[in-house]
Amino acid sequence: MNEQTILSILLENEPGALSRIVGLFSQRAFNIESLTVAPTDDKSLSRITIVTSGDHQIIEQITKQVNKLVDVLKVSELNNMAHIERELMFVKVNAKTPEARDEIKRTADIFRGQIVDSTNQLYTVQLSGKKDKLNAFIRSIRRQSDIIEIVRSGCVAIARGAQSLSV
Amino acid sequence: MSILDKETEEHSAAASQSLLLQRGANESNSLQTKSKIDLFTGAELVLESLKALGVKHIFGYPGGSVLDIYDALLGQEDIEHILVRHEQAATHMADGYSRSSDEVGVVLVTSGPGATNCVTGIATAYMDSIPMVILSGQVATHLIGDDAFQETDMLGCSRPIVKHSYSCRDVESIPAVIAKAFHLARSGRPGPVVVDLPKDKLATQRIYPFCMPEEIKIRSYSPTIKGHTRQIKKAAEALAVARRPVIFAGGGVILANASSQLEQLTECLDAPVVNSLMGLGSIPGEHPNFVGMLGLHGTFEANKSMANADVILALGARFDDRVTNSTNKFCPQATIIHVDIDPTSISKNIKAHIPVVGSIDVVIPQLLNALKKSSFSTDPDDRKDWWQQIKSWRDRQCLAYEKNGDNIKSQQVIESIYRVTNGDAYITSDVGQHQMFTALYFPFKRPKQWINSGGLGTMGFGLPAAMGVKLARPESDVVCISGDGSIQMNIQELSTCLQYGLPIKVVILNNRNLGMVKQIQDINYDGRHASVYMESLPDFVKLAEAYGHIGMRVTCPQKLEQALEEAFAHKNKLVLIDVEVEEHEHVFPMQKKLGAIDDMWLAKGVDR
Ligand SMILES: Cc1ncc(C[n+]2csc(CCOP(=O)(O)OP(=O)(O)O)c2C)c(N)n1
Ligand SMILES: [Mg+2]
Repeated sequence: MNEQTILSILLENEPGALSRIVGLFSQRAFNIESLTVAPTDDKSLSRITIVTSGDHQIIEQITKQVNKLVDVLKVSELNNMAHIERELMFVKVNAKTPEARDEIKRTADIFRGQIVDSTNQLYTVQLSGKKDKLNAFIRSIRRQSDIIEIVRSGCVAIARGAQSLSV
Repeated sequence: MSILDKETEEHSAAASQSLLLQRGANESNSLQTKSKIDLFTGAELVLESLKALGVKHIFGYPGGSVLDIYDALLGQEDIEHILVRHEQAATHMADGYSRSSDEVGVVLVTSGPGATNCVTGIATAYMDSIPMVILSGQVATHLIGDDAFQETDMLGCSRPIVKHSYSCRDVESIPAVIAKAFHLARSGRPGPVVVDLPKDKLATQRIYPFCMPEEIKIRSYSPTIKGHTRQIKKAAEALAVARRPVIFAGGGVILANASSQLEQLTECLDAPVVNSLMGLGSIPGEHPNFVGMLGLHGTFEANKSMANADVILALGARFDDRVTNSTNKFCPQATIIHVDIDPTSISKNIKAHIPVVGSIDVVIPQLLNALKKSSFSTDPDDRKDWWQQIKSWRDRQCLAYEKNGDNIKSQQVIESIYRVTNGDAYITSDVGQHQMFTALYFPFKRPKQWINSGGLGTMGFGLPAAMGVKLARPESDVVCISGDGSIQMNIQELSTCLQYGLPIKVVILNNRNLGMVKQIQDINYDGRHASVYMESLPDFVKLAEAYGHIGMRVTCPQKLEQALEEAFAHKNKLVLIDVEVEEHEHVFPMQKKLGAIDDMWLAKGVDR
């Protein structure tokens, strides 16, 4: 079964650390659906969220291999626990006629999106949520207008409750 | 003087200024004279660190970015630098040095081509988990990224084939970085570690104190040494009820120095022991419980024992595809206990029923204890049927070969080397048929005696590895068993042997072919021999002589042993013996492609 898995990785904020992670995935033919990385409140640490896929055995191998990297402090498979996941997206769409502008605004409202930029030709909508929601929004908006550009942040996620990834 | 050098000087001058401020004016004199507290350049810090770590030899080749280290080498006697003829050979020498001792082999090379020439040797060490530290020069920090002369991204090039790598970003941290590199290289699952040294961090003024951390702590690194109690208990229980157990010992047993523990366990369980190619020597080849090497060219009895086992205890082995054959047909009846210090090795290729993460030398005593607690004892009767069955497989004599022809058989050469050296010599090999013949026909007496590139299969490994062994074990006989193809992949090192007086013995099993490739073409490509005949082989005897050594040629079986005796009698000379062996010999036994572990040919056209 090829299931999507969200991995949270805490690693040293060192040059080369990210390339070791990315290199590992390509070297061992593991899949990367999305990857986000940023420093944490502790400046010496970075946190990566990777969405990957594979059967149980592959996911086990991925977690072990990531853990084995010397720079990595902690790896957790968020699918194994209650968690919250979000992705941020900007969509730039044509909005030339008053009708189109109304329609886009309405759709954005339904999805709890916001129009964050506007010209007399286009709107830029900001939306956050799970992947499915973002995909649904894209499908809706595509029916109404021309999409000029999309950018997505990739998934970030955190465990619910007291569980935390820290040193 | 180039702009580059000037900038470096300015940089250092600024650094010395700031240091002066920190230290106060009363110490300023020592900046010039290196008196009271010793102060060093970056390059000197590198050497001080190596000395503090007990390094006696480094293998290397100079070039622009590391000349400061070379300059510093001149003024000291603690470390001997071995000047190779090709950087690849330096890595294999360091590798052989590590494999035959408890030391970490050290390589020193310049940036760019010097560093990239190391790639094969680093990969070789990585695949076999051999500790090694590679100090690679780098262009000055401010030039990195500019495609400067002799710049390559060595950290990038080596990333997939190292355990870890460091770049030195400030001079003060050189000792700590080198100490960490050694710690990582030799602890846990060992492996090569690259340390990239930008020129401006080496070519400094003498303003840095040497201070090495007493204890290395890397917060993100702590290999598991002790096996988990619950897993140990489960493993012991499975072993206690096993009717047909097999111990499968790999290179991890040798790396963990766990041979005596392995023997204890073997005797406690009265179980047969099989080895991977890398595990040979972990148990004496003449031990009554040893049933041979496993896998593609393993013995009939070893592969049969595995296929029929009810419990397999794998120790420091990684179920490589050259062992398992088709994984979906692998030992269906067996409960697999897999002990390894590296969790990624467990259940990677073959699912383990009872995984145990830990160091073999610690886990075996834990297992023995657990067995004792459950008042386990082997009744010889318990194993009678199992040993009876193994005997019937042994009786097939899968290693028997025809030896009365006019031509020398490779197998015969290996057996003669064994006799002539009393089986005590360190043996290195290259890659090919000669390697497999050596693995099968030389019953290794002790761990670390058999030195070959098992994981990567690197032709050109044998000669430089033997040189590294000789430097680590100067009192012992060291033999490189090579092929006419492989020996030419690092033959230039005969020159290094002369320079440092390394009286190793090189035996070429000369079949005038890339024999192993030809064998595969015979079997899988209808005998279509594409590019395997060495049409213009050099005269190896003359070549040896040209490099200042003794060369010998043997062509007839009756003269073989006498010639070897003569060669080994030259205690202080390198002797190269070119042995003309049967051209069309194949290595058997051999697993059939896509079959189970015990689907094999025992001889040409002879099925099991
Ligand atoms: C660097 C490298 N290139 C190619 C190979 C593929 N290869 C494996 S064995 C072999 C032939 C080796 O010939 P030789 O050294 O004469 O040994 P023989 O098999 O004849 O004993 C080759 C080309 C390899 N293992 N290593
Ligand atoms: Mg050959």
